[in-house]
Amino acid sequence: MLTSDNAFSTALALILSMDSALISIVMLSLQVSLIAVFIASLIALPVGAALALWRFPGRNVVIVALNALMGLPPVVAGLCVYLLLSRAGPLGEWGLLFTPTAMVIAQVILVLPIIAALTRQQIEALHGEYAEQLTSLGLSRRRMMPTLLWDARFALLTVILAGFGRASAEVGAVMIVGGNIDGVTRVMTTSIVLETSKGNLPVALGLGIILLVLVTMINAIAHMISETAKRRLG
Amino acid sequence: MNKTIALITISTLGMVWSGSLLAAKPYILLASTTSTENTGLFGAIIPAFSDATGIDVRVVAVGTGQAFEIARRGDADSLLVHDLAGEKQFIANGYATERLEVMYNDFVIVGPSDDPAGISNSEAVTDAMQRIAESASPFASRGDDSGTHRAELRLWQEAGISPQGAWYRELGNGMGPTLNTAASMNAYAFTDRATWLAFQNPQDLVLLFEGDDALFNQYASLLLSVQQYPHVKHDLAAQWHQWLVSEQGQQAIEDFKVDGQQVFFPNAD
Amino acid sequence: MNAYQTPPVATLELDRVGFSRRGQTLLKPTSLCMTGCQRTLIMGPNGAGKSLLMRLAHGLLTPTSGSVRWQGEPPAQAMVFQRPVLLRRSALDNLTYVLAIHNTPRQNRKSQAIRALEKFGLAHLAKRAARVLSGGEQQRLALARAWLLNPKVLFLDEPTSALDPAAIKAVEDAVLEFHHSGTRIVMTTHDLHQARRLADDVVFMHNGELLEHTPAHRFFTAPTSSEAGAFIRGELVW
Repeated sequence: MLTSDNAFSTALALILSMDSALISIVMLSLQVSLIAVFIASLIALPVGAALALWRFPGRNVVIVALNALMGLPPVVAGLCVYLLLSRAGPLGEWGLLFTPTAMVIAQVILVLPIIAALTRQQIEALHGEYAEQLTSLGLSRRRMMPTLLWDARFALLTVILAGFGRASAEVGAVMIVGGNIDGVTRVMTTSIVLETSKGNLPVALGLGIILLVLVTMINAIAHMISETAKRRLG
Repeated sequence: MNKTIALITISTLGMVWSGSLLAAKPYILLASTTSTENTGLFGAIIPAFSDATGIDVRVVAVGTGQAFEIARRGDADSLLVHDLAGEKQFIANGYATERLEVMYNDFVIVGPSDDPAGISNSEAVTDAMQRIAESASPFASRGDDSGTHRAELRLWQEAGISPQGAWYRELGNGMGPTLNTAASMNAYAFTDRATWLAFQNPQDLVLLFEGDDALFNQYASLLLSVQQYPHVKHDLAAQWHQWLVSEQGQQAIEDFKVDGQQVFFPNAD
Repeated sequence: MNAYQTPPVATLELDRVGFSRRGQTLLKPTSLCMTGCQRTLIMGPNGAGKSLLMRLAHGLLTPTSGSVRWQGEPPAQAMVFQRPVLLRRSALDNLTYVLAIHNTPRQNRKSQAIRALEKFGLAHLAKRAARVLSGGEQQRLALARAWLLNPKVLFLDEPTSALDPAAIKAVEDAVLEFHHSGTRIVMTTHDLHQARRLADDVVFMHNGELLEHTPAHRFFTAPTSSEAGAFIRGELVW
């Protein structure tokens, strides 16, 4: 019988065993999600800031679309990437299906709307506060963008963490485009699905606890950095 | 502050990229079924193949229907499934050129230990299934177009029953999740023996019916068409295909045990 | 440096400048000419349109009617706000930032910024985060930042309304410093004492309308409009 008791002891045993398969799964999870969040941020931060700063026809459509895509089911994102990268699909020649790269692409698609939409909100609020001063200093909108992004950095760190949370928690997309291949594309979440399907619930929950602890640690570190800096910089 | 952040970012990314530069060993991608993966068969036999040939096998374990689809789209190098009718159709459509029988296991029916439909003393599997339907005992079906699901549907048909009603639950899920669900609602389920033996969460479920010849479950390896899929690693895939039916491959399958029990029986010609 | 050695400041002409938003007139057509190196104080009760007039003159807002014209090249301008907007970085970095924006060569930025900090008595706070400074220090930092722009015209919007007397004195001294170096001062306030201390001429506004623009000594002794009279006597609430 499954009790939360043996899930915790299983999690602990898993960690203490320092099992090399487990470590590689954990590393791959972090690797895929961190790279995806990094790439998504590179695109989404300027896009979100640009949406906040410029008015153009269709802007509201873009904003609504981004907000809606924040709720895109991971499976749908996975399916789209699958169809794109499949040999029968338009990008099939790249041979990326069932590789970590495919997982990164799928997660970028999942995370990008979140970071872009939340960045727009943050930058719009900050722009409201800064616009007159920066205009008075002679800044064009284009030159305001990096200044606003940098001054919103603590809020944006939280935004990026929200993206990382979604990336590291989702299973639908990486399962489809990664294929949960042992040692190649198996990550924490797909392992949890696999162990659940084997009826190995304590191990599944144990892996879940490890994932939660990792995500909590990353959030705690980011929170600490941001709080310290906020106290120092106001 | 700026420098610290830059340093953290760079070192994190460095750590993160380093992993992806490894692994250059030649490999094939094998589309196969959850029953083979979940039992741990591949984990046991692939190292033997890799040692012999230097080729790694990456397994994408899905339902048979999806495995066919992955191969049909050209996303796999090799295919190992258990659905004779589907395999024949796949070859007839020109997607694959050769089929080799590799091994078999068998299907069993599991259910609540008090056996409300009384199937444990049935004569034949069709008899057992009729009893389940007549007593309207809860039955959890995979409903996912997998090889096991296709076999189950064929047997309902042979028993002269078109299963429907509140007692018949189509889950649309893999073998493991189906067993989890069956265990928690105390329902009967149709499963392959290997997955059942490796399953860790049976709760009140026990094996109730086995041994009918109609429950025979043949696994076969398919060689994909060179003409249809020029990009596929045919040379490597052919080595795997041949190795499975070789003496060494057959022995590796025979040696694989779950809790001391043999679950796959090599039967290559 | 003093006013007589620097070239004269271009004249700013507001020609029937009006401003309305969502059908509501916030500023009635206003004509105003600012010339020379004067200290012009814009006065009036709250909601009179003082800040609006200043933003139109500085170019932060575009008038909905009339025009804002500089005779000749628009000169360098700066503006100090009621609540200074400082960036989330050190006091020193806030100053090197504007130098970078205005293409000062990298190697000169730090020394110029430090000189500006010293000038406004902030040298000891150089490494402190700008946003945790006191209100008075923040306003002086905003003035130091404006100083680095070498403005010919300095706009100040109620720069002392949130400050204590010592800090007010420091800001007023800084304003005089700008003036002595040849900068025209345009400043809003509703503090009569401050206006008496600083004004060369006074623009008086009420209900989105410019009521008078007169030299300071005449404004405080013999205002032409009855509203200005009431304002000086403390009868107009702000």
